[in-house]
Amino acid sequence: MSEPLLRVRQAKKVYTMGDELVWALKGVDLDIYQGEFVAIMGSSGSGKSTMMNLLGCLDIASEGSIAFAGQELSTLSKNELASVRNQRIGFVFQQFNLLPRTSALDNVTLPLLYSNVPEADWISRAKQCLESVGLGSRMDHHPGQLSGGQQQRVAIARALINDPLMILADEPTGALDTHTGLEVMALFQQLNQQGKTIVLVTHEPEIAEFASRKLTFRDGELISDERNQHIRQAADEGVA
Amino acid sequence: MKIVILLKTAITALRVNVLRSCLTMLGIIIGVAAVIIMVAMGAGAQQKVDEQIKSLGGNVFFVTGAFRQSGGARSNSVVKINEDDANLIEKQVPGVEAAAPYLSASGQVIYGNLNWSTEIDGIDNRYFVVRDWGIANGREFTPAEISRGSKVVIIGERVRSELFGASDPIGQTLRVTNFNAIVIGVLNEKGQDARGEDQDDVIFLPIKTVRNKITGVNATNPKSVSFIQVSAYDGEDMDYIEDEMSLLLRQRMRIPVGADDLFRIRNVSEMIATRAETIQVFNTLLAWVASVSLVVGGIGIMNIMLVSVTERTREIGLRMAVGAKPSDILYQFLIESIVLCGLGGFIGVMIAYGFVFIGNQYGIGAGGIIETRVVLLSLGFSGLIGVFFGYYPALKASRLAPIDALRYE
Ligand SMILES: Nc1ncnc2c1ncn2[C@@H]1O[C@H](COP(=O)(O)OP(=O)(O)O)[C@@H](O)[C@H]1O
Ligand SMILES: [Mg+2]
Repeated sequence: MSEPLLRVRQAKKVYTMGDELVWALKGVDLDIYQGEFVAIMGSSGSGKSTMMNLLGCLDIASEGSIAFAGQELSTLSKNELASVRNQRIGFVFQQFNLLPRTSALDNVTLPLLYSNVPEADWISRAKQCLESVGLGSRMDHHPGQLSGGQQQRVAIARALINDPLMILADEPTGALDTHTGLEVMALFQQLNQQGKTIVLVTHEPEIAEFASRKLTFRDGELISDERNQHIRQAADEGVA
Repeated sequence: MKIVILLKTAITALRVNVLRSCLTMLGIIIGVAAVIIMVAMGAGAQQKVDEQIKSLGGNVFFVTGAFRQSGGARSNSVVKINEDDANLIEKQVPGVEAAAPYLSASGQVIYGNLNWSTEIDGIDNRYFVVRDWGIANGREFTPAEISRGSKVVIIGERVRSELFGASDPIGQTLRVTNFNAIVIGVLNEKGQDARGEDQDDVIFLPIKTVRNKITGVNATNPKSVSFIQVSAYDGEDMDYIEDEMSLLLRQRMRIPVGADDLFRIRNVSEMIATRAETIQVFNTLLAWVASVSLVVGGIGIMNIMLVSVTERTREIGLRMAVGAKPSDILYQFLIESIVLCGLGGFIGVMIAYGFVFIGNQYGIGAGGIIETRVVLLSLGFSGLIGVFFGYYPALKASRLAPIDALRYE
């Protein structure tokens, strides 16, 4: 097999709570390849988010190594990590994390502010991304004027703006109703088919059914890693 | 331009809480306005002083008689200075342009059915030289009029306007206290003197006329005058001239070495300049006090910026997650603080302009002059305050770890 997009070896993460040490990750080995759709599952407190933050360069491992596209993350400076997040990774959060009182269009262009993309291209790019998530007609709306599902789609458009290698989503359907959650999953599946690597954290087994690979964490350890034999297709379940 | 987007971001952030932004700016607004107003008042006072010195006619001394000391106690007899002293000073002290004897009195003048109470002073033509004061209409005194003590009068602009209005005063008969005098000239308008008195409210007659008709002749010193006004040529050493005059008068009055002078010489330009300096020192002090309020305003800015950083921790986390470098966050908050201060400074400048404009309209104080230099300096200074007091909060924001900021509740 070719070189993995993400290569995790004995990754550990420890937090200090007062004078107590909390091992959120206790030595994880993991390879994720370009084009995979990975669901990370596990009960609350099992270390899913911690893993995701390490993969997304939002945090650094206490021990072990993580290589992203061949690049060892522990050797990168803050600025280089920022640049990786900007260029290679798109984030989608449970609470959408859009800037309030800011139009959908401006929210989507936010990552471009920290990139080298010429400003002349910003609007057209953002429009394209919003159209690809089906929000071409809502570009001037502020988050307050959009439904939860629409807000999450704006967030996905924002994640796509720099054409990243990988999209990381932490409980992206957690704040949505089932139907809207399905819409969002359909979008992720569509993006995955277009070649984006997707890593999705969820504690809902039904949501994990849409992924091609399921990882399960418990107490900071990766306890199962299985290929999904029966991938559910969100688009087939009555969602446009 | 990224700076435009950063500015837009800053303004958006400040507009989210308009009231708070305004209150935060208040310190800077008041500080800048106060500094500019104080400096403007200082500049106005300075200009006024310059004008007064100029209206005095350049480098001028007043020479008056002093009290005669007798055994340490002051007696009431004032040594009179006289016309001969003036002549001698003019002739013998190098650098003196003219020394003009001046005999002052006051009283009623009447023309037709109008009467006016004014200064009535005895002079000769040297006075016009000393004061650098020209005749607007008519002529100066002739030597004959001066030596004879003719009843001819040169009137100030104020007296002319009060008594003659639109008609031509030259050749008219003016009743001066108890005698009639012919008006031969009208002086140029001079305006107010250093004490704010109208210098044009005056009439001039030959010294001899005033002495004979109004003040009376002093038995012991028949040529005595109220004072002598001495002007020096431009660029002369005023201290040297003062010393020379003093020496000359001491010799003339036969004052023994070590004894007190029986006269006083005052350098008027210097007196006004000294007074102006006092005003300047006072204004500078006030300007400093005002700049302290600027610093207090800056601390207010820092306080609010710290609150803002805390409130927007999640936003900072998000920006970092989508690729903002620490320096991007630093600039964002720094620019926000600079915009806050700069805007405050701008409003402060506007308020200062308003105040000074209104003050000048109603003639409050000496009037204010706002110099562009001061405005630019204040704006620059408030910008600097923005940088100085905004830096710490911005640095704090930029040092947040992305994940901690993102997770902040
Ligand atoms: N910033 C932190 N400080 C201290 N402990 C933390 C921190 N973040 C996570 N933890 C702990 O690490 C463990 C894993 O957390 P997390 O990765 O958020 O779990 P999950 O996302 O699976 O619910 C939990 O026990 C949690 O309490
Ligand atoms: Mg979690």
